[in-house]
Amino acid sequence: MVVTSKPSPMALDLLHSLPKTLKLKTKQQELLIRVATLSLIYVLAFATRLFSVLRYESMIHEFDPYFNYRTTLFLTRHGFSEFWNWFDSESWYPLGRIVGGTLYPGLMLTAAAIHSLLRFLRLAVHIREVCVLTAPFFASNTTLVAYFFAKEVWDSGAGLVAAALIAVCPGYISRSVAGSYDNEGVAIFALLLTFYLFVKAVNTGSLAWALASAFGYFYMVSAWGGYVFIINLVPLYVLVLLVTGRYSLRLYVAYNCMYVVGMLLAMQIRFVGFQHVQSGEHMAAMGVFFLLQVFFFLDWVRHLLSDTKLFQAFLRITVTSAVAVGAVALGVGMASGYISPWTGRFYSLLDPTYAKDHIPIIASVSEHQPTAWSSFMFDFHILLFLFPAGLYFCFKRLSDATIFLVLYGLTSMYFAGVMVRLILVATPAVCLISAIAVSATVKNLTRLVRAKSPSVQSGSSKGTSTAKSSSKGVVDNSQPFQKNGAIVLLLGAFYLLSRYAIHCTWVTSEAYSSPSIVLAARGAHGNRVIFDDYREAYFWLRQNTPPDAKVMSWWDYGYQITAMGNRTVIVDNNTWNNTHIATVGRAMSSYEDEAYEIMRSLDVDYVLVVFGGVTGYSSDDINKFLWMVRIGGGVFPVIKEPDYLVNGEYRVDKGAAPKMLNCLMYKLSYYRFGELTTEYGKPPGYDRARGVEIGNKDIKLEYLEEAFTTQNWIVRIYKVKPPKNRLWTNFEYVELVELLLLPLSSWKVIDPLRPEINILIV
Amino acid sequence: MAVLTLLLFLSFLSIAHSSPSPHLQIANAERRIDLASHIIKVYLTLKVENLGTSPASEVHLAFSPTEVEHLAIVKAAATSGKRKKKTYVPLDVKSAELPDGPNGTKFFSITLLTPLSKGETTTLEVLYILTHSLEPFPVEISQSESQLVYFRDSAILLSPYHVKQQTTFIKTPSTRVESFTVVDPTNRAGKELKYGPYDNHPPYSYSPVLVHFENNSPFAVVEELEREIEISHWGNLQVTERYSLVHAGARHKGVFSRVDYQTRAGGTGVSSFKHLLAKLPPRVHSVYYRDGIGNISSSHLRTDSRKSELEIEPRYPLFGGWKATFVIGYGLPLEDFLFESPDGRRYLNFTFGCPLAETVVDKLIVKVVLPEGSKDPTAVTPFEVEQHLEIKYSYLDVVGRTVVVLVKRNVVPEHNTPFQVYYSFNPIFMLAEPLMLVSTFFLLFLASVAYLHIDLSIRK
Repeated sequence: MVVTSKPSPMALDLLHSLPKTLKLKTKQQELLIRVATLSLIYVLAFATRLFSVLRYESMIHEFDPYFNYRTTLFLTRHGFSEFWNWFDSESWYPLGRIVGGTLYPGLMLTAAAIHSLLRFLRLAVHIREVCVLTAPFFASNTTLVAYFFAKEVWDSGAGLVAAALIAVCPGYISRSVAGSYDNEGVAIFALLLTFYLFVKAVNTGSLAWALASAFGYFYMVSAWGGYVFIINLVPLYVLVLLVTGRYSLRLYVAYNCMYVVGMLLAMQIRFVGFQHVQSGEHMAAMGVFFLLQVFFFLDWVRHLLSDTKLFQAFLRITVTSAVAVGAVALGVGMASGYISPWTGRFYSLLDPTYAKDHIPIIASVSEHQPTAWSSFMFDFHILLFLFPAGLYFCFKRLSDATIFLVLYGLTSMYFAGVMVRLILVATPAVCLISAIAVSATVKNLTRLVRAKSPSVQSGSSKGTSTAKSSSKGVVDNSQPFQKNGAIVLLLGAFYLLSRYAIHCTWVTSEAYSSPSIVLAARGAHGNRVIFDDYREAYFWLRQNTPPDAKVMSWWDYGYQITAMGNRTVIVDNNTWNNTHIATVGRAMSSYEDEAYEIMRSLDVDYVLVVFGGVTGYSSDDINKFLWMVRIGGGVFPVIKEPDYLVNGEYRVDKGAAPKMLNCLMYKLSYYRFGELTTEYGKPPGYDRARGVEIGNKDIKLEYLEEAFTTQNWIVRIYKVKPPKNRLWTNFEYVELVELLLLPLSSWKVIDPLRPEINILIV
Repeated sequence: MAVLTLLLFLSFLSIAHSSPSPHLQIANAERRIDLASHIIKVYLTLKVENLGTSPASEVHLAFSPTEVEHLAIVKAAATSGKRKKKTYVPLDVKSAELPDGPNGTKFFSITLLTPLSKGETTTLEVLYILTHSLEPFPVEISQSESQLVYFRDSAILLSPYHVKQQTTFIKTPSTRVESFTVVDPTNRAGKELKYGPYDNHPPYSYSPVLVHFENNSPFAVVEELEREIEISHWGNLQVTERYSLVHAGARHKGVFSRVDYQTRAGGTGVSSFKHLLAKLPPRVHSVYYRDGIGNISSSHLRTDSRKSELEIEPRYPLFGGWKATFVIGYGLPLEDFLFESPDGRRYLNFTFGCPLAETVVDKLIVKVVLPEGSKDPTAVTPFEVEQHLEIKYSYLDVVGRTVVVLVKRNVVPEHNTPFQVYYSFNPIFMLAEPLMLVSTFFLLFLASVAYLHIDLSIRK
């Protein structure tokens, strides 16, 4: 395992000066320890994310990263301008996709920049390796940002703890293991950096920091759609400060600079463009911007007017008119369509039940489900308990910075509860706040333990309740008991933290380090069995189908087919066109002849289905099928969900609904499966993923033929047959009549290329 | 002896011109054609007699234009001694031009060790190998059918000399022979077809025959193979081989059924293949096998002291017309392959050709990447190849590495013979890269020391 870390110049400098002044000053010692710890954490954050590379290989994981990889490859091969203007005809056939205008290019540009830098330094690495290691590299950088952030909010001790906690926190690792080349890997770094720089700007009132935070925001906008969180959280924070009477010129400078410059920069990203000033999601920021101007104006007026009464009257008028003007502007903007309303995705964040009723395509994705308690526990472990404690400490030492942290923590926790994938956004906040709790507690406890003579200080028996008493410091006289208690508590804290470390390592290695494109299972003898069927199928497509073949599959596999199979797909994971997806859903849930018409209209050459009946792989197309029906039925009312259910129950065995047993998806999944014995002692056609014997074993295909099935049957590819030649009976009537009208003598002279006609006449 | 089928009788033309060595005559020719795989091996035993007055130092072999196109290699050896104690002395074979060859006939000339003087006879053993000479018919087959191919040749040896007596044996891989041309006397027994013996055929006689038979051996053809051999004087030889493989047999038609393929093993897809065997040098290490989308997990490596065998499976079984591209890479200890010649130059001694057993390579590109700073490379190959030089940039290269590129078409396993690349290299260049790294880090530390000790702030 090769782990690169930035050399710690400060530590080395100290080492250089060692011989001269063998005895380091306490401050220097502290610096040495801090820098050493930080660089170890930096390395750790990188190393802990390499499980997947060691266990599998250096490869891209999951679904979306394949698109990112493909675009990065395009970028490195064709250059930026080509990339920016790229019209991708290989996806969303026949519509295509304007890639440059519909993606967040930050991740690809980052990887390409790192790649060209390494190339410049004469390190001949492949772009794939860069892509694979981008997320761990940025995770390492995030630990540094977390350190500085916590240092800004609390102290450097909390900074070190925050860096350590975030380095191994499973909530973050889940999206940043090596190979998980997704926007979030870079975006969390950018998010935390923006927040840190903004807090720094608010604390110092410096234009430079505000400008830096605007550029951090720009990077975030270029990297991930989650920037909307920043552009709503920051105004919310400003609003809270205004309401709590913490308005200051520092805040004014920081917010105005960050908002104006950040907005102008963000509008340079094609995918965002004028949305930043027109869409409903961004209106809060603009409102707060104007509000701040009103505040500033009022402040100025108060400064000029000495009369309080007059000012009160003026205040009333100004505030009322400002609110009125704002409301009218918003109303007019909404009504005229200048300001677009909130999107469905935004609604589904505010109302968790919204997606289920209105946008099945969002609800069908497992990572968009509301979070279960167990996954909170899984991803945060002890941080879940430390978080409230940290909030308590924040409230105790309220400042502009801690208010920001509290707001960030609370809002992101809410969003984490709404959607599983947003745990990621909450993770930095949870780590920072927990770090404050840990740091404050440990600091107080050690102060107690290190307290010299029992006669000088005094403690209380109440002191056993964590750091509460110790922070109070001076109380009564049961000193030895308190000291022992503090030691016990300290040991307890270290025990908890070590449990956290063990838990994180275990989760990373067991849950978050499988690429999901290669499946691994334990064989009968405990050996590791690898199912590499996905790549087998994609590579088959790439090598053995015509280069312009169009492949129809459910949208989950779209990115992978274009990236690995290099073939055109009908729909893919960028679910921008619901109707198109619904058309595919409809084809999959129709009878074969109806589906054939749809497939002909879409020029489909191959159909790809994923089937887990042989291996017991449960996330296959049959299990996703109800979503296809729902999404298809949402646009085409011909498809009705109850047709596929029996008494509200979804089954594939003999008792299944007749429409289910004869729809295209069922036929393609189970074609000739009835002849196969999958498990000893079970009848042929026993589906191991669902544990039933299938209901339709005699499947005949009329319009499709099996083109390829992988070794473990996980991917099955069918070829759509070309339409049949017309039979002679189908000839246009006119042609026949013309033929019969000819004089008899010319009957012999018949086109030899049309033997059908010959037969007719003979 | 009358030849029933078409006889190309153009020898009178050649008499008019000066014939190659009109005084040579082939007393007896025996041809054994082995059609067991898609690489056709022809063993030819010629008993050459000198009837003329002047001694002859060269014997010519004639090939039809289509044969020449598919001819991979021609080897000849002179034999001496009786049956058990036969010794073979390899002879020099080179392509030759003769003015009187009819219909674009191409020639190869064998240089004899000692010129054949008047009345003497000598026996020559010739081996020539043909590729892409089995034409699948039917052109497309389904999964359950077995593969049938056509083989075209002449019953009579094409030769610039008068042939007194000759026989041709054709060995087919199985007993299933659909049809064959009869040129009396023709016999078929089991897997063997015998044409002849025929007596007294004038020069350039030709009698085409067509054999239609079953051949299910893997038609593994590597359309292009790029072997990159990178020399590192730190002790490693890194070999990277990029294959684009195709099944060149009858194209697969219609359905591929996994049920049939799995449950009726041997019954279906008989002409398909899914295993390949690569013979690698001994002491091979860090072997990998991957393709454009990642590692391929189905491979086995067996090593012993004399050889290493890598058994690889493409991601899917290859049916007719299906393709697979992949990369094999491995490291080798440098001391096994790099030597110093007496004049102080270094040379790499490595095997040419393709490590995969029983495959034809249409285009083989061997790239020898010499270490940075090497000078005047020369390549010594046992046969003719196209050569040129390239520059490659690898890790920490400043001026780039010289790459000797050797290109050869139509390569068969018989080409797996050693070749050498000589170059001069000053060992001081080995230190360039470590020194670069050391100085970079040193400067970095120096800069940070300086930064920490200089106060750049304006205000005091």
